[in-house]
Amino acid sequence: MGYEGIGASVRRREDLRFLSGRGIYTDDINRPHQAYAVIVRSPHAHARIRGIDASAARSAPGVIAVFTGADMAAEKIGGLPCGWQVKNKDGTPMAEPPHPVLAVGKVRHVGDPVAVVVAETKPQARDAAERIVIDWEVLPAAATIQAALQPGAPSVHDDVPGNVCFDWHLGDKTAVDAAFARAHKVARLELSNNRLIPNAMEPRCAVGEYDPATGDYTLWTTSQNPHVIRLLMGAFVLNIPEHKLRVVAPDVGGGFGSKIHHYAEEAIVTWAAGKLKRPVKWTADRTESFMSDAHGRDHVTEAELALDDEGRFLALRVRTLANLGAYLSTFAPCVPTYLYATLLAGVYTTPAIYAEVKAVFTNTVPVDAYRGAGRPEATFLIERLVDIAALEMGMDRVEIRRRNFIPKDAFPYQTPVALQYDSGDYHRTLDEALKAAKWDTFEQRRAEAARRGKLRGIGISTYIEACGIAPSAVVGSLGARAGLYEVANIRVNPTGSITVFTGTHSHGQGHETTFAQLIADRFGVPMSQVEIVHGDTAKVPFGMGTYGSRSLAVGGSAIVRASDKIIAKAKRIAAHLLEASVEDIEFKNGMFRVAGTDRAKSFAEVSLAAYVPHNYPIEELEPGLEETAFYDPKNFTFPAGCHICEVEIDPETGEVEVVNFTAVDDVGRVINPMIVEGQVQGGVAQGIGQALFETCVYDEAGQLLSGSMMDYTMPRADDVPYIQVGTAVTLCTHNPLGVKGCGEVGAIGAPPAVIGAVVDALRDYGVRHIDMPATSHKIWRILDAGRQRLAAE
Amino acid sequence: MYEFAYHRPASVAEAVKLLAADPEAKLISGGMSLIPVLKQRLARPSALIDLGAIPDLVGISVSATTVTVKGRTTHAAVAASAEVRRAIPALAELASHIGDAQVRNRGTIGGSIAHNDPTADYPSAVLALGATVHTSRRTIAADDFFTGLFTTALEPDEIVTAVEFPIPDKAAYVKFPNPASRYAMVGVFVAKGPMGVRVAVTGAGAKGVFRHAAMEEALAKSWSPEALEGITTPAENLTTDIHASREYRAHLIGVMAKRAVAKAG
Repeated sequence: MGYEGIGASVRRREDLRFLSGRGIYTDDINRPHQAYAVIVRSPHAHARIRGIDASAARSAPGVIAVFTGADMAAEKIGGLPCGWQVKNKDGTPMAEPPHPVLAVGKVRHVGDPVAVVVAETKPQARDAAERIVIDWEVLPAAATIQAALQPGAPSVHDDVPGNVCFDWHLGDKTAVDAAFARAHKVARLELSNNRLIPNAMEPRCAVGEYDPATGDYTLWTTSQNPHVIRLLMGAFVLNIPEHKLRVVAPDVGGGFGSKIHHYAEEAIVTWAAGKLKRPVKWTADRTESFMSDAHGRDHVTEAELALDDEGRFLALRVRTLANLGAYLSTFAPCVPTYLYATLLAGVYTTPAIYAEVKAVFTNTVPVDAYRGAGRPEATFLIERLVDIAALEMGMDRVEIRRRNFIPKDAFPYQTPVALQYDSGDYHRTLDEALKAAKWDTFEQRRAEAARRGKLRGIGISTYIEACGIAPSAVVGSLGARAGLYEVANIRVNPTGSITVFTGTHSHGQGHETTFAQLIADRFGVPMSQVEIVHGDTAKVPFGMGTYGSRSLAVGGSAIVRASDKIIAKAKRIAAHLLEASVEDIEFKNGMFRVAGTDRAKSFAEVSLAAYVPHNYPIEELEPGLEETAFYDPKNFTFPAGCHICEVEIDPETGEVEVVNFTAVDDVGRVINPMIVEGQVQGGVAQGIGQALFETCVYDEAGQLLSGSMMDYTMPRADDVPYIQVGTAVTLCTHNPLGVKGCGEVGAIGAPPAVIGAVVDALRDYGVRHIDMPATSHKIWRILDAGRQRLAAE
Repeated sequence: MYEFAYHRPASVAEAVKLLAADPEAKLISGGMSLIPVLKQRLARPSALIDLGAIPDLVGISVSATTVTVKGRTTHAAVAASAEVRRAIPALAELASHIGDAQVRNRGTIGGSIAHNDPTADYPSAVLALGATVHTSRRTIAADDFFTGLFTTALEPDEIVTAVEFPIPDKAAYVKFPNPASRYAMVGVFVAKGPMGVRVAVTGAGAKGVFRHAAMEEALAKSWSPEALEGITTPAENLTTDIHASREYRAHLIGVMAKRAVAKAG
C-alpha cells in the first residue's frame, strides 16, 4: 500500500463496480409485485385539455390504473415547489404559478405530463397509453424568449400576463451611469447563451413503494440530493411525513445538475404505489429525457463595458433575458440571478457593475441548473466582452486582462456585486497557462497551419466561479428556501474500521475515493478500512446533496469537523488507558502516544475500548465512538483559472477542430490530483460541447427539433483533444481543508476560450463575435459572406 | 415495440413465400434501421422475416471485372475483405466508415440499399459504380433501383440477394458527416471505368441519392479536381434542416466531390 492520504492520485475505488457492470442503478432495482408506469405526455407546446377519455386504456390488457391531473387534484396533491424566491426590482415577489404534477386544464410544453398508466408490464402500459384519447384545443405557443415578450404573446400561465416571472437587478446603476459618462471607450456585445440539454448517461428513473403494514413509503430515484427530494416531495407534494418516507439515490450515472430537481415522476410513482399498494417503476427513455429533464442556460444578453484610456475597466452594464421554460423548476430562479450576476466582476477590479435580469416563461421544458449554472453564462459574457474591449483599445488580449486583474495582495476582495473573494492569484494561473500552452510561439503555429490551408486561432479565458454553496444565512437572505450546510456522521466500528455517512451524493465525482483519502489521512488507517455511505435518507443524517461543486468544500469540511470530534473523544479514552493526562496525548499515524514516551495505544485498541468499556472513564465519558458534524460554510469558495484553446478551421467546409487545450486551475488544495484532472477534462469536454456543437432547437410552434441524438450534437471522443491540466493552488481561507471545488471549472472556463480561438482564426473576416455553438454551418456562412465581400471589392 | 410474429426461413424462396403471404410483414437483415423504428413504435409490422438463417446470402466474390457482395454481408465484412480492398478500395473504405463498430457488425448491404435512407452511404457507391442489384426474381440496374426517399424499385415480395459492382479504374468516396448523427450530411462517390464517369451524391438530395450530371460531364473531359472548379449544384432540390441549409449542402457537394476526385487519383 502506497501513500493514500491528501495529495495522492489514488485510483477511484468505485470504478471497478462501474466498469464491470456491477453498479446498482435505480433501474436495476426491482421490487416484488412491481408494476410499471408510462407517462402520457403532451405532444403540443401549448394546449387546453378539453377532456381525457381513458376508458379504452383502463380496459386494456394488464392495466392496473390510469391517473390524470384531476385524480391528483381530487386528493389535494400539491404542485412541485420552487426552492428559491427572487424579488422584483420593486421588492415584490416573483410570479410563482402552480406546477401541477400532472397537467390540469392545460399543457405548457411538449413533454408536459398529462396522465400515467400503470400496468403489469411496461409494454402493456405503453400499449394502453396509446389508447388514451385527449381532446386538445391547441393554442399558439411562445417558444422563445423573444416570442414570449412580444406584445400580445400567448400567456404561458393565464395569471402571468406578459410571461415575466421576475424583473430583477443587482448593483449600483447610478455609479455605472456616471462611469459610462466619463468612459474613454465602450465595448459592446450582444450575445445569446445557447440552450443545452444535459443528457446524463443514465436516464432518469424512479421506483415507488408503499408498505401497508407500516405506512412507510420508499422512493428509489436518480437524484443528486435524496434528502432534498424527501423534504420537497413529502412536505409539499404528497403530504407524507418525513419519518414515513425514505428516499434512496443509489448509483447514479451522471447528473450535471439535471438530477438536482424534484421531478413529477418521483411524486407520481410514490403516490401511485400508495394508491395501488404495489411498487411502481418508471424509467425514462432517451426521448423522454430530451423533453422532460430540465434544460440549461438560454440567455439573451446585451452588455457594455466602459474603459478608461489605459484599458482599465470602469463599469459594466448588463441586460439579460433568461428563459425559465414553462414552469419554475426547483432552483431555477437563482441560476440567472444569484449564481450569475454576482459573478459579473470576474477576476477584474471593475468598480461599478449593474445588471438587470428579466426571467421569462416560455412553452418549453423548464430550465434550471446545468453544470456551472449561471457561472458559465457570466464567464462567457465577461470574457467575450474583454476580448472585444481589447479589440476596441487595440490592446493585446493578455495585457488587458493583466491590467485589470484583482492583485493577489487585495484579498479578501469585495466585488461590487455582493461577493467577497477570499483568495486567488490570477497572474500565476495566467502565467502558468501561457507557458504550458506555448502562447508566445503561437504565430509560428498559425503560419504553419496556413501553409496547410488551415485557419488557426488561439483563445483565452481567465474565469472565476463561486462554489462550495453556501452560507445558509446568506442564501436565505437572497431567497433560498433551504439551508446549504452539509453533514457527516463518522461511525468508528469496534475493531477500528470506519464508516462515514455523508449528506453529499456521488454520481460520478469519485467521493468514495476522495473522502476515504481524507479519513485515511486524518486517522492514519488504510483506505481499505474506510467505507463511504451516501444516498439513503434511512442511513445518512439530513444533508443537502451534491451540486455547485460543494461536496468537498462543504461535505469534506463536515467530515473534518466530525473527525475532530472523534479524535478529541478518542484522546480522552487513550489518556485513560495510558494513565496520562489528555493534554499529553498525541495522535499521529494512527497511534495515540503519551508525548515524549513510547507508551502508545493504536486507534483500533482505543476503538475497541470505546465499545467494550471495561477499563473506561465511564463516569465522565459515554461509551461508543461515533460523531456527527454539521458544517455551514462561512463563504462561497472561488476557484479560478486560465483556459487556453487552439483551433483550426477548414476554410472550405467551416469545420472547427480543437487542436490544443490547456487548463490551469486554482481549485484550492487538491486531495486526489487524478480525480481533479478527470473532473476538469470532463468539464472542458462539456464546455467544448457547448461552444461548438450542442444546442436545443425549438420551432415556432414549440416542437423540439433537437429531440434525439440524431439531431442534438453531443461532443464525442474524437471532438475533444488531449486536455492538458495543471493546477496552481491558493488555499481557501475559510474552510478547514483549504479546498475550493473542481467539478464545474471546465464547463465554465472552456466556452469563451474556444469561441475566442474561433474568432481569432477568422480575424481576417471582420468577425468580432460568434454565438455558440460555432458549427461548421455557421462558420461557412461567415467565410462565404467574407469571400463574397472580397469578390465584390 | 409492438408485438409481431417472427419467422426465420432457411432459404430465399421460403422468405419470398412468407413475404408474399403477408403484405404487412417486414424483412429484417441486420436490423440497424428497422429495430430503432420498431422501438420507437413508428412501424407496426405483423411479422418479421429474419434473413439471418439463410447461408446463401452471405459472402463476397471477386472476378476480374466485378465484386459481388451478397445481400446479408455485413459492412464489417466488406471493410475487412482483402479482395474488396484490392479490387475497389473505395468500397471497403466506405463500408469501414458506416455508423460505428456495432452497426458495421450487424448492418448489411442488402438492408442498407433496400431501406434507401437518404443519408446512407451505400446507395452512393451502388449508383456511382453502376452496380447491378440482384434480387430474388431479377436484376435491376442501379440507375433504376433508387426511386425516392426510402423507396426502391423492389416489389413488395422481392429480396435483394446480391450487389454486383463493376471494378472501376478509379473511385473514391468522401463524406461530410452530420455532426449529431454522423450519417452523411453530404457524401460524394466518384468513379471512372467501364461504367463511364459517374458521380453520386448521398445525404443531400431531398429525394435521396442522385447522380450529378454536370460534374460527370466535366470529369469525363478531364478527371481532376480542377475540372470541378466553378461547377455549382442547384440548391432547390437539396435538403434543408437544423444542421445545414440547402445552400451549405450545395457548397459541400462541390468540396466533397473535389476531395473525392483528388483521393481517387
